[in-house]
Amino acid sequence: SGLKRGHTPFNEHFEQAPMYVAVFTYVGFGVGTIFGYLRDFMRACGLERCTFAAEREEQKDFVPLYQDFENFYTRNLYMRIRDNWNRPICSVPGPQFDLMERITDDFNWTFRFTGRTIKDVINMGSYNYLGFAETDANALKTVADVLQNYGTGVCSTRQEMGNLDKHLELENLVARFLDVEAAMVFGMGFATNSMNIPSLVGKGCLILSDELNHTSLVLGARLSGATIRIFKHNNMQSLEKLLRDAIAYGQPRSRRAWKKILILVEGIYSMEGSIVRLPEIVALKKRYKAYLYLDEAHSIGAVGPTGRGVVEYFGMDPEDVDVLMGTFTKSFGAAGGYIAGKKELVDFLRTHSHSAIYATSMCPPIAEQIIRSMKCAMGLDGTTQGLQRVRQLRENTRYFRRRLHEMGFIIYGNDDSPVVPLLIYMPGKIGAFARRMLDKNIGVVVVGFPATPIAESRARFCVSAAHTREMLDTVLNALDELGDFLQLKYSRHARSSRPELYDETGFELED
Amino acid sequence: MDIKHAKDYLYWLYYQYLLITCCYVLEPWEQSMFHTIFITVFAMVVYTAYVFIPIHIHLALEFFSQLLGDQRESTVAIMK
Repeated sequence: SGLKRGHTPFNEHFEQAPMYVAVFTYVGFGVGTIFGYLRDFMRACGLERCTFAAEREEQKDFVPLYQDFENFYTRNLYMRIRDNWNRPICSVPGPQFDLMERITDDFNWTFRFTGRTIKDVINMGSYNYLGFAETDANALKTVADVLQNYGTGVCSTRQEMGNLDKHLELENLVARFLDVEAAMVFGMGFATNSMNIPSLVGKGCLILSDELNHTSLVLGARLSGATIRIFKHNNMQSLEKLLRDAIAYGQPRSRRAWKKILILVEGIYSMEGSIVRLPEIVALKKRYKAYLYLDEAHSIGAVGPTGRGVVEYFGMDPEDVDVLMGTFTKSFGAAGGYIAGKKELVDFLRTHSHSAIYATSMCPPIAEQIIRSMKCAMGLDGTTQGLQRVRQLRENTRYFRRRLHEMGFIIYGNDDSPVVPLLIYMPGKIGAFARRMLDKNIGVVVVGFPATPIAESRARFCVSAAHTREMLDTVLNALDELGDFLQLKYSRHARSSRPELYDETGFELED
Repeated sequence: MDIKHAKDYLYWLYYQYLLITCCYVLEPWEQSMFHTIFITVFAMVVYTAYVFIPIHIHLALEFFSQLLGDQRESTVAIMK
């Protein structure tokens, strides 16, 4: 595409797999479905014991409490490979972590712990982009002090007695980090979206939401009661058509003008690894006079020359985006979310948002963790550690993606996004991939049907600034071997035979 | 060493078959059931091919050669 920022072009790939892959994927799902029906029949007949939720005998004549057919997929396909999710971790989720070993005797219906811990598993699944999930006592000194002074619980909502000076300090720091007038922080990232969108828009407003938006945005949009229209993922022609139709035709029956038009997009989409086309959306928004809500959950701290998100990545003015939202879970090693923008907007939210009035406010040690990691990222602690982390993340991302492309895997997304989805497609290979990677001491996250389209299951890697080159090489060698063993290298593009370049410093260090 | 390579290669082929048909996730008795059905269907396909394809090819060749043969004879007759 012709979208450029500075000197480097906007590169996104969404390669399609060869036809036989799609055929085999559907064959696999077909076999799974047939055996699912067989097992359901056996359970209904009584030939097999039911181990999932069912009503008591006395209630069998009532209206059913559990929706059996909707859970077909969960019961019959997810259960069989369930050991690859919800694995209990017993250490900090840094670049390496410890897992508790568990085994199953009845094909994943129940688990039991053996008591052993699998140590030093390389972590390719945690959202730890800048590596702030650490236990170093020096780094956490201020957090320990705040824990001593303030304790752990806030025991009140923000409006009543839960407004601490730590929150004010944090909000000023966030506003300074993003270069906006004001910001407000909330205790939970999901609740930031789902509880604040209803206070910004209501009935009679129009929400234009990207196809692949996160559940929190979808839930917030539905709760608000506004009309929702979906445009194709990152597709500006689709968005422009919806905007023109909205302005030309107005509301459905009365044909009155829409009260507000709000465009909901994310900075980095975590299932695709694609980056939003911000300059084009801002141009459209200015032309058609709509508002823009940007959810930077995965992009804050992870993209941009100094880690300030997609607005800095494209070299744009933060005033162009009306509502900047983000979370502290991914790049700052804490929990919670923020909304930033003009002072009037933030003051309005302080009195009108459900999350601000009713939810418990952020607890002080977490607020201090965000303060110290944000100061580190901005360079306010007197060191260049923050900038080094951002640069290390960028190098790791570029190296990891380049090597995977060269090996012949199909990788989705933008070259600069630290979220790397590797396509697996066939349902049989999902479980095999995750289990074999764990045998090689590497923890990965695999994603399947409800979260992705049915024929496009994938493994999602999250590169971190804390990963060393050796760790990435270990992972890449394991992927190479496993890719050949499981036949995952579907890419049809020519593979480069260039030797690796270890010192890749060069043009990308300009600011 | 060659026997080991051959055995590893055969195991790898079997593993690919399990992955592609999603048999890898099934319980052992379900796998046996699927293998039985699959081998039966495959055997029937092979038997049908063995019995019918040579005869059909022979008949098809005969039909086309007869067609071409008649054409040649008729042009020769006109020329005379």
